[in-house]
Amino acid sequence: MIRDITIGQYYQTDSPIHRLDPRVKLLGTLLFIITLFLYKNPAGYAAGAVFLLAVIKLSRVPLRFITKGLKGILIVLLLTVIINLFLTPGTALISFWKFTITYEGVGVALTMLFRLTMLIMGSSIVTLTTTPNNLTDGLEKGLRFLKIFRVPVGDVAMMMSIALRFIPILMEETDRIMKAQLARGADFESGNIVKKAKALVPVLVPLFVSAFRRAGDLAMAMEARCYRGGDGRTKMKPLIYKKRDAIAYIILFSFVIFSVWIGRWQVINDFFNSLYLRYIIK
Amino acid sequence: MPLILDHVSQVYNADTETPVRALDDVSLVLPEGQFIGIIGHTGSGKSTLVQHLNGLMLPTSGNVYYNGRDIADKDFNKKELRKHVGLVFQYPEHQLFETDVFADVCFGPKNMGLSKKEAELAAFDALRKVDFPNELYYASVFELSGGQKRRAAIAGVLAMKPDFLVLDEPTAGLDPVGRYEILDMVSALHKESGMTIILVSHSMEDVARYVERVIVMDRGKVAFDDTPREVFTHGEELEAMGLGIPESTRIARMLKAKGIGVDPDVLTVTEAADSIYAAVTGKDK
Ligand SMILES: Nc1ncnc2c1ncn2[C@@H]1O[C@H](COP(=O)(O)OP(=O)(O)OP(=O)(O)O)[C@@H](O)[C@H]1O
Ligand SMILES: [Mg+2]
Repeated sequence: MIRDITIGQYYQTDSPIHRLDPRVKLLGTLLFIITLFLYKNPAGYAAGAVFLLAVIKLSRVPLRFITKGLKGILIVLLLTVIINLFLTPGTALISFWKFTITYEGVGVALTMLFRLTMLIMGSSIVTLTTTPNNLTDGLEKGLRFLKIFRVPVGDVAMMMSIALRFIPILMEETDRIMKAQLARGADFESGNIVKKAKALVPVLVPLFVSAFRRAGDLAMAMEARCYRGGDGRTKMKPLIYKKRDAIAYIILFSFVIFSVWIGRWQVINDFFNSLYLRYIIK
Repeated sequence: MPLILDHVSQVYNADTETPVRALDDVSLVLPEGQFIGIIGHTGSGKSTLVQHLNGLMLPTSGNVYYNGRDIADKDFNKKELRKHVGLVFQYPEHQLFETDVFADVCFGPKNMGLSKKEAELAAFDALRKVDFPNELYYASVFELSGGQKRRAAIAGVLAMKPDFLVLDEPTAGLDPVGRYEILDMVSALHKESGMTIILVSHSMEDVARYVERVIVMDRGKVAFDDTPREVFTHGEELEAMGLGIPESTRIARMLKAKGIGVDPDVLTVTEAADSIYAAVTGKDK
């Protein structure tokens, strides 16, 4: 039922991407997303897509798992495309009834489509190939410089790892409670919105109760082990950069420089513009 | 109406690198009127199996039939099935949600379309059957002890008046007294109203003492399906499945092996004691 949600879901397998230091993956995603907004011509997006596909291939995560994340934003995606398609002013391509599609509109819609799709796919790769624990470790270490601004990085990381850890537990719990109520004749599917919302009460109440109980138990267990805040805690498996991480950084930076260069290269910009102009003039 | 499982298999995480075959070609006939125990080591597929009995899960392959109809059929009324096959989950107290016990027990019968009055009558009846203390009928569910919550939750399913009552480890986490109280109550339901009981457990003692038929699950397969006495003759195989036989049966067997004329097929402590007494003194009690 609700197991289909992939947020924060880890795909267990062994691959070069799984083995990378989480900091590499986090910085890599950040850079990848930034580059998506720097491209000025299709060649840049093509380079980005090739890079993304190569990483997906290397990660051994089936493509299906990555596109699953897209399902959630399908509506947003469609809306973006449609709105841009119809509401961008410019030279008309087709017009019917009260609507006009412009050349510029097609361009903007396609750009947004590629950007959003690649953005989501790029970020799902990180969560699919990194365990939540590793991810928070990476964040904690990568953001340690924020301590100068008195941000309690360690505590925030601990909160994040607990929250992430609880997602699958609560999902499982929701599944169990839903089944238990279904067994008592509950009906979550039929009826209008109000009825459906009401039908969720027998699920939400026990879910909250159990979440509070678990939180209490966890707090107790942490106190019993003398947890006293994040500062100065050592790690059982400290993050240390390895040779492969260095190689990954080199590939990453080369990609960023190359794709941004090609994505903004005047010659290519001109080439695509001339193609576009030729169509308009015709 | 019997429940029939025909070559049922269930695979979890089928689309990942680590699929789990939780049920592997399980075929069973569960007629009405029996008291059946399902035992198996942790992870052997017991909970998965029982969720197929009321259509909460549909088989990956194979079929489940109730009343001669495949429950996976599009037009099969699952709600009707769930009225006939009541399923009490492991730790059922986690499903309680109403402000008081009585209202919670009414939830099931109300979903079944009974009027308020009928639902309340059914709830009273169910709470009485599980020996729930009268003065706590209108207590908040959070004020109850573990055993009381468990009873309230079982009553919540009983109130739908099912023909089959399936209990998934109803005694998990209870002390010995609480355990036997629950099991005695279930046994009474079987004896008095002839309800079919399917009891999931991993305690051989519980099963030996109450049920008339044991289904042993091992890694998703049905390993044995027979009377307790018959099943416990396979001591070594059971041990290999991480189960073992009841302590009393084992002691009787050990004595027998030492040449003392004890009946090796005893099941309960009382039977063992009687048999040992008879063997040692040479006369019946
Ligand atoms: N939702 C699920 N997703 C994936 N695997 C599951 C799921 N539920 C159960 N399994 C797996 O299926 C197998 C059978 O599980 P099941 O819960 O049926 O066992 P069980 O006999 O009830 O065990 P226990 O005595 O611990 O309750 C186990 O290997 C378990 O890991
Ligand atoms: Mg179980």
